[in-house]
Amino acid sequence: MGFVVAIGKYLLFILEVFQKPERRSVMYRLVVRDIYELGAKSLLFVIFVSIFMGAVVCIQTATNMEGSWFPRYLIGYATRDTIILEFSPTIISLLLAGKIGSNIASGLGTMRVTEQIDALEVMGVNPASYLVRPKVFALLFFNPLLICVSMFGGIFGGFMAGTLSGECTATEFIAGLQYDFIPFKAVYALIKTVVFAFVISSVSAFHGFYTQGGALEVGRSSTRAVVYSSVLIIVLNYVITQILL
Amino acid sequence: MVEVKQISKQFGENQVLNDISFQFEKGKTNLVIGQSGSGKTVLLKCLLGLFKADKGEILFDGADILAMTSKHLKLLRKEVGMVFQGGALFDSMDVESNVMFPLKMFSQDSKEEMLERVNFCLTRVNLENVNKLYPQALSGGMKKRVAIARAIALNPKYLLCDEPNSGLDPYTAILIDNLLQEITHEYGMTTIINTHDMNSVMEIGEKILFIKNGKKAWEGSKSEIIQTDSDSLRDFVFSSELFKTIRRHAQ
Repeated sequence: MGFVVAIGKYLLFILEVFQKPERRSVMYRLVVRDIYELGAKSLLFVIFVSIFMGAVVCIQTATNMEGSWFPRYLIGYATRDTIILEFSPTIISLLLAGKIGSNIASGLGTMRVTEQIDALEVMGVNPASYLVRPKVFALLFFNPLLICVSMFGGIFGGFMAGTLSGECTATEFIAGLQYDFIPFKAVYALIKTVVFAFVISSVSAFHGFYTQGGALEVGRSSTRAVVYSSVLIIVLNYVITQILL
Repeated sequence: MVEVKQISKQFGENQVLNDISFQFEKGKTNLVIGQSGSGKTVLLKCLLGLFKADKGEILFDGADILAMTSKHLKLLRKEVGMVFQGGALFDSMDVESNVMFPLKMFSQDSKEEMLERVNFCLTRVNLENVNKLYPQALSGGMKKRVAIARAIALNPKYLLCDEPNSGLDPYTAILIDNLLQEITHEYGMTTIINTHDMNSVMEIGEKILFIKNGKKAWEGSKSEIIQTDSDSLRDFVFSSELFKTIRRHAQ
């Protein structure tokens, strides 16, 4: 019963978020600020993680192919597909759910317990729309860019690891990258990314927005936000894959 | 004028407000007093529409907020200034942006006009050269004053304050009290202040509502408090030796 109530509350919250904003110009400025705060500040983190994960994927693939009759260019092929199909859209989204989700939930939770959200409401401003909508738009816009950067970073990491360790030559790796490339796989990855961006922003905001109590509760909301976002990402990953592939 | 008629509010089994009726008068500092947990903050939040009263009427110059659509309630809220207990200043904004916020959201003024209004409001609450400071850099008293400046930025008809001098030293508390009273008289606002500070009661209590266990236990003015024969009010107001002495001398 509590689960159904929570879903209903979440849907009503989403309706509130997408109500007409009081001032469009103010909202545009907030979107730009959130793109910087939530998106651009995650760029280095994403690049760093992607390069190393790409390298690990490449080495593991090469290790598994050792002694087999498979051509070496398949290392590049397998690295590319692993990164585009799963690693960048899903794993990086899970990491972002931790980084950005906890940021959103704790920020809104603190605003709730210090009555800043009440202050907005009393002023006649729709707090859900004012505070949450820019974050949702910022992530919907910027997360696909982050994931594209992650794809390039991962493939670059794989290339470096593969060639430097001597598992394959640069030509073999690049040939593998070009082998049997289906553009829809990238589209599928970006569709997943957009859905996950919405989940991260809205679910985390929901938990932060309805925080009750004090500082301890802010921490709990933050944890709940990360857990629920991550679980939803994993489940939706399966559902989208089943539908699209 | 703000009038509440027989309002009640219950949370689960807990009856927090029980059949309270009172008139908060225009141009006066109306105080709501009572012990912690007596229902003062719930009453204030009901007046603001943050909690919906279970029954009764809450009339802002005759318009019942309980019967209003959310659109009308939003319009009314633009005429209400609120000072929260902790100030509720936006952490991510400096003082200037905090005070300018309601103007940015609802006025059609140019940036220069808004800035002029911000400086006027800050000067009115005796704060100068603090425009670029962030709330973290302000003292408790300064935060309260910035909150008051933000509350009056849009020239509200109603000013509501939740324990505006809690956590302040006696000198600053009196400054805040006097400031609120001056502003109330100057702009002819209906000011409603929640407090359990007896200094405030004796300083600025032009009209007082005493709540005990969610019920109206007494109403009157600061001069009438001295002569009161209400036991519960006497126990509450004159609990300290200082106030007992003051009362003895007054009588």
